[in-house]
Amino acid sequence: MSERLETLAAQIIERFGDKVERVPSICGELTLEVGRDDLIEVATALRNEGDFGFDMLMDVCGVDYLNYGSDEWDTHDATDTGFSRGVERGPVILDEADEFDARRFAVVYHLLSLQHNLRLRLRVYTGESNPPMIRSVVDIWNGANWFEREVFDLYGILFEGHPDLRRILTDYGFIGHPFRKDFPLSGNVEVHYDEAEGRVVYRPVSIEPRTLVPRVIRDDNRYAADLKDVSDG
Amino acid sequence: MAEIQSYTMNFGPQHPAAHGVLRLVLEIEGEVIQKADPHVGLLHRATEKLAESKPFNQSIGYMDRLDYVSMMCNEHAYVMAIEKLLGVEVPERAQYIRVMFDEITRVLNHLMWLGAHGLDVGAMTMFLYCFREREDLMDCYEAVSGTRMHATYYRPGGVYRDLPESMPKYQESQFRSNKELARMNATREGSLLDFIEAFTDRFPGCVDEYETLLTDNRIWKQRTVNIGVVSPDRAMQLGFSGPMLRGSGVEWDLRKKQPYEVYDRLDFDIPVGVSGDCYDRYLVRVEEMRQSNRIIRQCVDWLREHPGPVIVDDHKVTPPTRVEMKDDMESLIHHFKLFTEGYCVPEGEAYSAVEHPKGEFGIYLVSDGANKPYRVKIRAPGFAHLSAMSEMVEGHMLADVVAVIGTQDIVFGEVDR
Repeated sequence: MSERLETLAAQIIERFGDKVERVPSICGELTLEVGRDDLIEVATALRNEGDFGFDMLMDVCGVDYLNYGSDEWDTHDATDTGFSRGVERGPVILDEADEFDARRFAVVYHLLSLQHNLRLRLRVYTGESNPPMIRSVVDIWNGANWFEREVFDLYGILFEGHPDLRRILTDYGFIGHPFRKDFPLSGNVEVHYDEAEGRVVYRPVSIEPRTLVPRVIRDDNRYAADLKDVSDG
Repeated sequence: MAEIQSYTMNFGPQHPAAHGVLRLVLEIEGEVIQKADPHVGLLHRATEKLAESKPFNQSIGYMDRLDYVSMMCNEHAYVMAIEKLLGVEVPERAQYIRVMFDEITRVLNHLMWLGAHGLDVGAMTMFLYCFREREDLMDCYEAVSGTRMHATYYRPGGVYRDLPESMPKYQESQFRSNKELARMNATREGSLLDFIEAFTDRFPGCVDEYETLLTDNRIWKQRTVNIGVVSPDRAMQLGFSGPMLRGSGVEWDLRKKQPYEVYDRLDFDIPVGVSGDCYDRYLVRVEEMRQSNRIIRQCVDWLREHPGPVIVDDHKVTPPTRVEMKDDMESLIHHFKLFTEGYCVPEGEAYSAVEHPKGEFGIYLVSDGANKPYRVKIRAPGFAHLSAMSEMVEGHMLADVVAVIGTQDIVFGEVDR
């Protein structure tokens, strides 16, 4: 499997040159980063050209890299102070920003080639614009329609050329994009029945957000690349 | 004569044939569907976001609640993604147990589907027949995990515990005679494996019964033949998988093509349809039940011969036994750390897919090295299938919408997530 993936990777690099960049993987999967403007060209070729033949798009997934690699509880210094729920929160970044970090939002495509029995992952960063925008692949793989609607709904990423970009999973009239990392887990509003008005209305959420288990990142020697060779040998 | 105008009709979300909470907005001319617009999300629980706020192991239970008629298969994809990143090797016995329960789950799912699909189209008896066998399989779930549905049985590194040596039995009651009680407990005298083996002996006969009721049934054929036809090209274009893809004649099954666990060592066949209509998909699924039965039987035979560990012995990932904890400080520390903080998964990303009863169920896991996943994306097969609803029902009659919903095997737990 991995030998064939290597061949495929070499073919793709040869075909597209510096339009794609290979990302190292720890579990033998092939991931390519594609520039935002090259997406349609690369995707079309990957689907139509016989060497690749990625005739199926299995999944489209949004990722928000806002907090990537940040922890809530410092494992080095806090050893003296012990465990507590006193988790310190990072600053809240609001979506009203004019520009995002260029590598904040990404759309990840999972492709599958039935004829070659290979999988491939494409990652496209959406750039700095607010709202983030990217070209739609619905014309290449029709199945992308709902997947892109979902990414739009949850992350607010716009897909240029999508035939019907509506919200899909959230409530009618929902405000915000819930899967962004700066959207609170408990949401912003809750519904209740208002006696006076005689109907169900929204009000600000009454739940106090709290962290049960702090997010920690530990240095684990077992996964350190330079130490692995020692233990094997 | 007055001109017939097209009008819009609302179907669901509280319609009994909507299989949960599907709201369909149908544009109809006379009784012919022009366009169907499914509104989903009424069961959206943000499972993926919840998983981001918890240590890895605490989300296994959420996976059961996605597709709540094939629970263990969902867990399987999730724990496989974690194992991929951790680089954990699962013991052979655990792999066989997982495959066996995946196939039990497939039978469970297909029985639910067959019963509900039959009921939608007017075959009441099917529902009762299917639930009779489902009950036995639910008992297998209960025997092994303690719950009938939401098992949380698979863990990264193996399964929670080994198969039990005894089956729970029906108790005496004033409502049933001793003779009746003896009949009900007849297959429950031995271990779980004995019980499953007795089931595999009995089950092909049960499938024959279902087929007598439906396969040549005139009404059934009128309702399903040439309904919801999908060509192989369109099926691929729309991202179909599982029986929906095979019903259209595309030979693709992850268990054969990209075998995981021990599927490459088992002997089974993959049924493929010809015309891609509801009837072919019905035939495919019924044959899949027979094939699953074969797999279960092979696993039972293997598991009888090969005792061994069912979870890896690496206490950085799996908890030590209660006995060890009583007199070993290190085990106690491992246990405490695992159940408070959890384990950290090395930075990276993985996509693991299983051949779920409904199609390709995938988990895309991004880890930044923390004790919680950075992003979990659940690739639900039903989501892709339902998005093709409009195309499948266009030009059909209103009553056929129900047949198409049935054939897609929609469960909203996984579509809405």
